[in-house]
Amino acid sequence: MSKPTDLVQGTLDLLILKILALEPLNGWAIGQRLKQVSGEVLQVSDGSLYPALHKLEQEGWIKAEWKLSENNRRAKFYSLTRLGRKELEKEAANWNRLSAAISRVVKLKEA
Amino acid sequence: MRIRHWFYTVPLRLRSLFRRARVEQELDEELRYHLDRQIEELIAKGLTPTEARYAALRALGGIEQRKEECRDMRRVNLIENTLQDLRYAGRTLRRSPGFTAVSILSLALGIGANAAIFQLLNAIRLRSLPVANPQELAEVRVAGGNGGYGVQTGVNSELTYALWERIRERQEAFSGIFAWGNANFSVGQGAEAQRVRGLWVSGDLFPALGVKPAHGRLFTAADDRRGSGSAAGAVISYEFWQSYFGGEDSAIGKTLIVLGQPLIVIGVTSPEFFGLEVGKSFDVALPVCTRAGALDRLDFFWLVVMGRLKPGWTLAQASAHLNAISPGIFEETAPPGYNSSITDIYRNFRLTALPAGQGVSRLRTTYGTSLWLLLGITGLVLLIACANLANLMLARANSREREIAVRVALGASRGRLIRQTLSESLLLSGSGAALGAGLAQLMSRVLISFLNTEGAILRLDLSSDWRVLAFTASIAVLTCIVFGIAPALRASQIEPVSAMRSGGRGLTNRERYSFQRFFVIGQIAISLALLVGALLFVRSFRNLITLDAGFRQNGILFVDTDFERLRLPRERIVQFQTDLLEQIRSLPQVESAATSTCKPLAGPCWSQGVRVPGAQGEQEGGSRFTYVSPGYFKTMEIPVLAGRDFNDFDTATSRQVVLVNQTFARQFFANRNPIGAPVRSVAEPNFPETLYEVIGVVKDTKYANLREDIPPITYVPAAQYPSPGPWANVVIRSSAPLSEVINEVRRKVGALSPAITVQFKVFETQIREGLIRERLMAWLAGFFGILAAVLAMIGLYGVISYMNLRRRNEIGIRLALGATRADIVLLILREMSALLLVGLGIGTVVSLAAAQGASALLFGLAPHDVSTLLVSSCLLAAVAGLASFLPALRASRVDPMVALRHD
Repeated sequence: MSKPTDLVQGTLDLLILKILALEPLNGWAIGQRLKQVSGEVLQVSDGSLYPALHKLEQEGWIKAEWKLSENNRRAKFYSLTRLGRKELEKEAANWNRLSAAISRVVKLKEA
Repeated sequence: MRIRHWFYTVPLRLRSLFRRARVEQELDEELRYHLDRQIEELIAKGLTPTEARYAALRALGGIEQRKEECRDMRRVNLIENTLQDLRYAGRTLRRSPGFTAVSILSLALGIGANAAIFQLLNAIRLRSLPVANPQELAEVRVAGGNGGYGVQTGVNSELTYALWERIRERQEAFSGIFAWGNANFSVGQGAEAQRVRGLWVSGDLFPALGVKPAHGRLFTAADDRRGSGSAAGAVISYEFWQSYFGGEDSAIGKTLIVLGQPLIVIGVTSPEFFGLEVGKSFDVALPVCTRAGALDRLDFFWLVVMGRLKPGWTLAQASAHLNAISPGIFEETAPPGYNSSITDIYRNFRLTALPAGQGVSRLRTTYGTSLWLLLGITGLVLLIACANLANLMLARANSREREIAVRVALGASRGRLIRQTLSESLLLSGSGAALGAGLAQLMSRVLISFLNTEGAILRLDLSSDWRVLAFTASIAVLTCIVFGIAPALRASQIEPVSAMRSGGRGLTNRERYSFQRFFVIGQIAISLALLVGALLFVRSFRNLITLDAGFRQNGILFVDTDFERLRLPRERIVQFQTDLLEQIRSLPQVESAATSTCKPLAGPCWSQGVRVPGAQGEQEGGSRFTYVSPGYFKTMEIPVLAGRDFNDFDTATSRQVVLVNQTFARQFFANRNPIGAPVRSVAEPNFPETLYEVIGVVKDTKYANLREDIPPITYVPAAQYPSPGPWANVVIRSSAPLSEVINEVRRKVGALSPAITVQFKVFETQIREGLIRERLMAWLAGFFGILAAVLAMIGLYGVISYMNLRRRNEIGIRLALGATRADIVLLILREMSALLLVGLGIGTVVSLAAAQGASALLFGLAPHDVSTLLVSSCLLAAVAGLASFLPALRASRVDPMVALRHD
């Protein structure tokens, strides 16, 4: 029920990786940032964010660290690993190819 | 890339597994942080704290669910769940220690018995020789066997020295080829002489096998030259080195008197080398070429030839090559002294190559079938035990129905429930297997001691190799599946709603007992097969021991004397034999004594062709020949039915006479009176053609063993033995204790000359040892048959009691509606007898098929023996009746009011 059905399969991983490439963030902040940059278009449910984060961590793409957050509480901050950076490049390239292809199809004029 | 990936992930997985509490706490903290921030934000947007909290929780969709999803991401859930299941199973089992103990113990016994027999099978049949690259070894044999041609020294002795020499020269298939033969050696002198297990080896044997010396050096081709005499010395085994020389280094270079010859000990073989015959081991090895008197005899078959195939050569190619060089070899080595038709048989022999990586073994032929059969029997017993266990677990699953229903209702998946129940089974079968593996070590040693005889102690390598481990492990898994799968499936099929609604009583439809019914039928069928097998083997054994072999068995002692070391001239040998016999006869304990060239029931001795002139020309055939002194038939209490016994007037120079047994008379003198008829022997080396006159007929007696049919036997006076040797085998009858007789004979013969070696064998011991296999089968099959019946009875009793307990309501209603107690008992018994009949039907088919496979091991009865089948069926029916009558009686005593109110 909390699967990211509103997102193309697998794109949540890409989004998280991209956001973390900019700066290390905690889970809650990642959710906020997603909404913010996508102009509230990409609604990622809170429920699907954490399993995704844990998956990426277990894959070795991101790593976690306990640090003090902006409101002075201990929070789990995620950051990109070297493997994660490679994965991001790969996924981003894939996405570009895919979206370019799809938009070409969508732009086809009806005869 | 992969490696770097693991570099990151492996520590994470390990952390999830072993620092679970920490990881869980972090997960909890992370989600709580998220929730708090969310709530703060929502409050800032103007919601009340309570509303904000609910909204945040809704957005997250349940903390526990999210946690479970995050855990799933850890990729160690399978391990974690399994561990959890096993822990839970362990707790459940600890709660019912009785059930657990009985289950583990019965499994341990079942698995142990299977593993023990497999260990023996492995040691005898499957294990390779402990030499380098055993798979390259091949044995050179006469294709189809040499048919007992000439004189043979043992089961495996296939070739003569002349054949070995020529094979070695002409073969091209083997990179190394060698010969060996078993023998008994005497070590030491005079009264201190002891018999040891000897091995004749060709010089290339140790190098070709790659056997390393533990000390000193081993024979090489240079040691095995004709005429080198005692210069080569002797090689001893590691075991003999330890026992005889106490493992002293100084043993090398010491003199050992072997077969009366002083020999220098030149080396000790490595500890793992026991020779090439599985189940035997050797003490002293001598070069083949030093066996005086055996090298030039073309009719003396005493060698086994083996070789290591050249790289690139297959067995088939080697066989073809050996076949091609055979004609020349057999042409040149044909033993003289046979008539032309027998010599032609020899000339037509062809050599072939057989795989020999597992060595040769008499045990393999003797016990191979028995052991496979025993493995089958123990396997079936284990199956019955499993069925009992499955029933117990089903009963437990049923009484835990509510618990399982609750779990299903709370969202446990069927798969998880199956895994849960199977974990319990796995824990049981695993513990059972571990305990059983230990028991197997004990049982296999007991089994081996059962197979030992006075003269031959079995040496088998019983250490657990990968085969034994794999066998035990797979049996554990298999039993787990057999007894665990049904309860697991049952548990997973429980419908929570109906289970909860029907309370502790569960459902009463027939379908739910289908597993139990199936088990009851299976148990009865298997028990019947095992009982039939047990009865067949026990009756075979009984038939054998109660068989009238035709001669006296108790109070008979065989004394084998050897006076080769006296070096008597040939013409004095016969006189010495007579003197020796007189000395033995003079002992007060000896009631009667005689010499004989053949011990009955100790394997075949001497056969020769005979020609008997009759009405339709000469009838040709074969007969056993035994040379006995006067008094032999009196000593063995074999009645002379017609004509006269031998007496002292039958000498070497008198008329050549024979006594024949009834079979001989029947076969060669169908309707005629054999007394006075001529019998002509067919010439063999040292046994020239002789014309005998039949002077009497003796009663039939068993010859080589108790199992075989009685062959025609010809008895010739010992004085007319054509090739007397410096030995005499004496038969003594005495009513005194035989141990006393043995001491007296030893003293008497020792007084005559200390150079005479004497060996004793009590006839009854020898007969008993000849029936080891039958005894083993009778004991074990009998034991397992009874065990199967008892297990089946327990199982039946359990199932029926349980089923009746679950039917209390129904029985209560029946009683309330007017059924009598007898009706109830009959109702239950009728249902059981239906199951019993089906089980017995299937069991009959199974036992007939199984008994057919064992027919070679039976004696005196057919595998489809009707009375055995009937007795077994009745026995089982009685057992089943008893097992169902008691619970039925109890069920009928139920008070209808109590039963109905019980809801």
